[in-house]
Amino acid sequence: MGKKILLKHDHVSGIQGYEVYRKMGGYTSVERALKNMTPNEVTEEVKKSGLRGRGGAGFPTGLKWSFMAKPKGVKRYLVCNADESEPGTFKDRYLMSRIPHLLIEGMIASSYALGANTAYIYIRGEFFYIARILENAINEAYANGWLGKNILDSNYSLDLFVHTGAGAYICGEETALLESLEGKRGNPRIKPPFPAVKGAWDCPTVVNNVETIAAVVPIINDGGEAYSKVGIGKSTGTKLISASGHINKPGVYEIEMGITVEDFIYSDEYCGGILNGKKLKAVVAGGSSVPILPADLILKTANGKPRLMSYESLADGGFTTGTMLGSGGFIVMDETTSIVKNLWNFTRFYHHESCGQCSPCREGTAWMEKVLHKILDGQGSLTDIDLLWEIQRKIEGNTICPLGEAAAWPVASAIRHFKSEFEEYVKNPSSINDVKHYFEVNKLEMA
Amino acid sequence: MTETKEIKFNEETLELVQRIIKRYPEGKQKSALLPLLHLAQAEFDGWLSAPTMDYVASLLNILPIEVYEVASFYSMYNLKPVGKCVIEVCRTSSCWLMGAEDIIKYLENKLSIKAGETTEDGMFSIKTVECLGSCGTAPMMMCGSQFHEKLSFEKVDNILDKLKSDDKRKTYFDAVVVEDY
Amino acid sequence: MPKVTIDGKTIEVADGTTILQAARMLGKEVAPPAMCFYTNLKTSGGYCRTCLVKVSKGSDKDPRPMPKLVASCRTPIMDGMEVQNNTSPEVIDARKGVVEFLLINHPLDCPVCDQAGECHLQDLSYENGSAKTRTEFERRTFNKIEIGNKIQLHMTRCILCYRCVKVAEQITDGRVHGVINRGDHSEISTYIEEVIDNDFSGNVIDVCPVGALTDKTFRFKSRVWFTKPMSAHRTCDKCSGKVTLWYQGDEVLRTTGRKDQWGEVEEFICNTCRFDKKLTSDWTIEGPTIVDKHSVISANHYEGMIIPNELTLNDIKKLPLLEKNTDGNTEF
Ligand SMILES: Cc1cc2nc3c(=O)[nH]c(=O)nc-3n(C[C@H](O)[C@H](O)[C@H](O)COP(=O)(O)O)c2cc1C
Ligand code: SF4
Ligand code: SF4
Ligand code: FES
Ligand code: FES
Repeated sequence: MGKKILLKHDHVSGIQGYEVYRKMGGYTSVERALKNMTPNEVTEEVKKSGLRGRGGAGFPTGLKWSFMAKPKGVKRYLVCNADESEPGTFKDRYLMSRIPHLLIEGMIASSYALGANTAYIYIRGEFFYIARILENAINEAYANGWLGKNILDSNYSLDLFVHTGAGAYICGEETALLESLEGKRGNPRIKPPFPAVKGAWDCPTVVNNVETIAAVVPIINDGGEAYSKVGIGKSTGTKLISASGHINKPGVYEIEMGITVEDFIYSDEYCGGILNGKKLKAVVAGGSSVPILPADLILKTANGKPRLMSYESLADGGFTTGTMLGSGGFIVMDETTSIVKNLWNFTRFYHHESCGQCSPCREGTAWMEKVLHKILDGQGSLTDIDLLWEIQRKIEGNTICPLGEAAAWPVASAIRHFKSEFEEYVKNPSSINDVKHYFEVNKLEMA
Repeated sequence: MTETKEIKFNEETLELVQRIIKRYPEGKQKSALLPLLHLAQAEFDGWLSAPTMDYVASLLNILPIEVYEVASFYSMYNLKPVGKCVIEVCRTSSCWLMGAEDIIKYLENKLSIKAGETTEDGMFSIKTVECLGSCGTAPMMMCGSQFHEKLSFEKVDNILDKLKSDDKRKTYFDAVVVEDY
Repeated sequence: MPKVTIDGKTIEVADGTTILQAARMLGKEVAPPAMCFYTNLKTSGGYCRTCLVKVSKGSDKDPRPMPKLVASCRTPIMDGMEVQNNTSPEVIDARKGVVEFLLINHPLDCPVCDQAGECHLQDLSYENGSAKTRTEFERRTFNKIEIGNKIQLHMTRCILCYRCVKVAEQITDGRVHGVINRGDHSEISTYIEEVIDNDFSGNVIDVCPVGALTDKTFRFKSRVWFTKPMSAHRTCDKCSGKVTLWYQGDEVLRTTGRKDQWGEVEEFICNTCRFDKKLTSDWTIEGPTIVDKHSVISANHYEGMIIPNELTLNDIKKLPLLEKNTDGNTEF
């Protein structure tokens, strides 16, 4: 059995409610922090733990907290990113619906460290029912004195609110999220200034992922050092992996970082192997934005070492032969999968979700989708493959926010590793008939 | 299909509106726009007409164009009339790998409408949506706030029958059954 | 005062100056093109990405280069910063890409667009891109909208620079138009038919870098290069009253704000000055406006362009010959 830190109690019956959660040791981190630690000491523990942001970028959380500007007389905010919209990712949903109080406990301890007296959980609108679960839990926390004025007589006060989004992947990007929190279109802001200086309503703000904030709880309870001993190298602690696609046991798994990818895919403790005994073709290891890798490269790095589930090992080889841990959305594809069509599906997604502010992303994502559509229609030519490469190259690095890269990387990696499949579609359009029909996008739009 | 009603929240909802506005710093009442649009959509026939949006603008003391800009940005807001049950089917990555296209086609055939359309009796609309964070239980769809996961044709049949016999407008505020997983 | 070096030229500037502003102080050869930034509009810039430059040295304190190209219009300079614009092949290449992105959905109706001759996109594409685009897909089209009886919105030509929205937000009250929808479906719209009815609404025409927002009182009367600009002023209780009058013969064809060498108006003007005062006797004429010759209109740029089918053969015959400046307007 692997090490469980966050999901230790996820199967305890009644854990959603306050009573059971408290009985299982819930809210002790808040007691510890507020009674025995200064805010800076909490931040120091988080630094010591080596915790890295679980939202996708993997930025060291303690460091991020220490960037928070602290001008006198200006309010500060903590905003939890519960937008979880990266295709293939569903760990935050699991955590919030299963153990809502863990997130709330983490929010209190983290807000204390940051000196925030108001905090928000920005949750994607489609998770309406989870917003209700969280609101219930928040009410319970207020009723039991964990939220509100003068918590545990410590002089520290905190109000916590849930804010629902309304359907926009881009609102997961932290500055778009803040715009959306302010009741605006989810257009990412142009940086600098960064949220730590000018965030929500122009006040210093930290945005952290659900899983990141939940991990603060065990870090305070057991100490940063204990947390840093779990995992491997700079990938400390455990990570929630959302496993989906052609596998026998899809679901959310808490893994200790450093287990092998092979073990994760094939062992019965995790994915349980490929569905229907088929062969593995490719994996998108960290949510739809990260580069796709063919079976051989996901199981072993280019220099033949077994690939591990960790930030470093998955990135081994850079973008030529490696990928990224990203949000931990682990999408497995069997030998029957059409990479070109899958890419079209991803590209269609980014086209649909581009906010439209900057020209390379707005026009480029639409253009790439059209070219892929053309290839799948049997109308493609070899120059279209070059054109796709060229378009993604002109998007990457030239946009306001990383959605541009998120749209470019899947295209680049699919062409890099599966070029022959594109060529086959272009040279021999009848081979596309084996690919299931794909729907026409534009007719499906609902104004 | 559209039950004509005066566009005004009742007292209870208006109180809720005030509570929502209080969640945000003073003078930043525009922040309440997204939650209020959800309330308005649920209250006024499942979509946001121009008068509905103007009403929300007046509640928050902001310009109508500020509401149109926002409402048209987010995919959960419907800007034209929809059926009582909007079936939102995920068409993205993992759901696609697990047969979302077949589910969409099945729904289209069964209801004799295309995605983006509403049945003549005003009962169902099909809307294709992007990943709803349910990829491990793909394929999936959502109606109101209820997730329906691990879909098969048979399961779809049952869900549609149940929705039909309920004959109620589904909103995001409905109570849901959380499947144990 | 912080010092910055752009394409090898060094200048000292005030704190908070952006790379673009510093480059403009250094002159045309080093200034990046800008399609969305507008000096007089707060928070403008950052969207079009034509002004991307390479920061090869961050500052004296932290000399590391910036990992990505940055939008020069939104990046403040640091002391000791070194920037490459036209000297960086990477920048030239990226800019070419941006131009192509801006053009893939832009109609090829320059021969009939009344912005032709003062369109920044036209200039940009000749100077930085390839005039032809590779896309074979249908272009995005929208219906024309009348915004009141003085302004026309031809959304198909819009490049979503957000300038007109910022004008409405910052210098008029009661904004009625904005950006609706998202992604490549985004459009400038009033959502429901609404009239922009405001003393300063006409300024959206001047800030629009392309022919998306145009003066209906001028449309199709003439091509800009047949008109003669004159600086003029009048006493106005709403604005400075300082304008450029565009003459053909003795007739005032239209009125605009006065533009500087970067194509930006110096001061916004009110609608009365813009739309209602069309007689020479309304104005005190100061003399011919010096217009920078930065427009590169010439007949062969229209090679292969599609003549929109809304024009009849007779209309086309009536179109002025592009290469000839028959009215002796030497400024162009
Ligand atoms: C297009 C885009 C979508 C994103 N979506 C999410 C998301 O759904 N959830 C999330 O936590 N972070 C998301 N992020 C990352 C956030 O911008 C941000 O880095 C993160 O919330 C920081 O939290 P962390 O440091 O705890 O990871 C997204 C980023 C981009 C560019
Ligand atoms: S990269 Fe795309 S999503 Fe990000 S700001 Fe630009 S248009 Fe919007
Ligand atoms: S209409 Fe003109 S000014 Fe307005 S956004 Fe479009 S291009 Fe810019
Ligand atoms: S892909 Fe359908 S829910 Fe994630
Ligand atoms: S002018 Fe700088 S991005 Fe448009």
